[in-house]
Amino acid sequence: MIIRILGEGQFDVADHTVEVLNGIDSTLQSAVETGDEAAFRHALTELISLVREAGVRVADDYLGPSELVLPAADSTLEEVRALLGDEGLIPG
Amino acid sequence: MAGLVKRMSLIFKAKANKALDRAEDPRETLDYSYTKQLELLQKVRRGVADVATSRKRLELQAQQLQQQADKLDGQARAALAQGREDLAREALTRKSGLTQQISDLQTQHTSLQAEEEKLTLASQRLQAKVDAFRMKKETIKATYTAAEAQTKIGEAFSGISEEMGDVGLAIQRAEDKTQTMQARAGAIDELLASGALDDPTGTSKDDIQSELDRMASTNEVESELAKMKGELTGGSAKPAIEGASTADQTAPAPATPAQAQQPEASS
Repeated sequence: MIIRILGEGQFDVADHTVEVLNGIDSTLQSAVETGDEAAFRHALTELISLVREAGVRVADDYLGPSELVLPAADSTLEEVRALLGDEGLIPG
Repeated sequence: MAGLVKRMSLIFKAKANKALDRAEDPRETLDYSYTKQLELLQKVRRGVADVATSRKRLELQAQQLQQQADKLDGQARAALAQGREDLAREALTRKSGLTQQISDLQTQHTSLQAEEEKLTLASQRLQAKVDAFRMKKETIKATYTAAEAQTKIGEAFSGISEEMGDVGLAIQRAEDKTQTMQARAGAIDELLASGALDDPTGTSKDDIQSELDRMASTNEVESELAKMKGELTGGSAKPAIEGASTADQTAPAPATPAQAQQPEASS
């Protein structure tokens, strides 16, 4: 499955890793909902390191879309909220 | 799965589909999107240049502030040498304010440098995808009917659209960061221009420098008086000169032999 880390590019990640990712994703989701900055930072860092380590970088000229999109590693909670809340935020 | 990551990717997909649905003949969207891609490439390159300009401005400012800090350090030494601890204290207090500013600038500089690197990489990734897209779009246009093209275009289109969204976000973040930085840089420029810090040309003098100069010139007057007195009373008697010359403010108060010998050398 292809996963994008915003600001970094696309990674090909095996299915069994995706299951682990899903678990952390739920934690991330609830951290954003409750505004828990520490839990958010922890979950995001964990997610991104997992994708970087377990994934294989996809060539830059690959044209396919990603199944999942992760916020940039240095995103703040507010930035992620804004991304989710308003489609207009994504330019282009 | 209704996690955050899934929702983010849905938002990106929705964006791509909206653009794709707009045209009657999907092959038209290929050309339209390609134009947009080239525009975005231009924009991201401009973004890299803007960040680099801001970074250089920070470097220049840090340099100027450092010069001023060094100057205050010299003034503090000169003041101490003349027994003016109060002036020295004032100079060092100002210097510590500057040191704080310099360290702030260095932090910002690091963050801008990181932003510049990110944007450079983003523009390389986009360039690679745009090239791939250009080739694919020509193939699709040449080979497929409008109906067939619809499905063929989908994947390529959402892939590039996602990259464009990503790059667009990177540009926005970089712009936000440079704007914040530029507001602060502007404030420092104003400070430098007002002479509240210093102007590096040295044409205007700050109050510490004026005080040091005043003390130095008093000393000079005193020494010249002493010299004249010596000439009037004894002729051969060497004047005992106290105090530092204006040219050498860091020298301690006792007599400077070079100056004492000047009258003999010139007569």
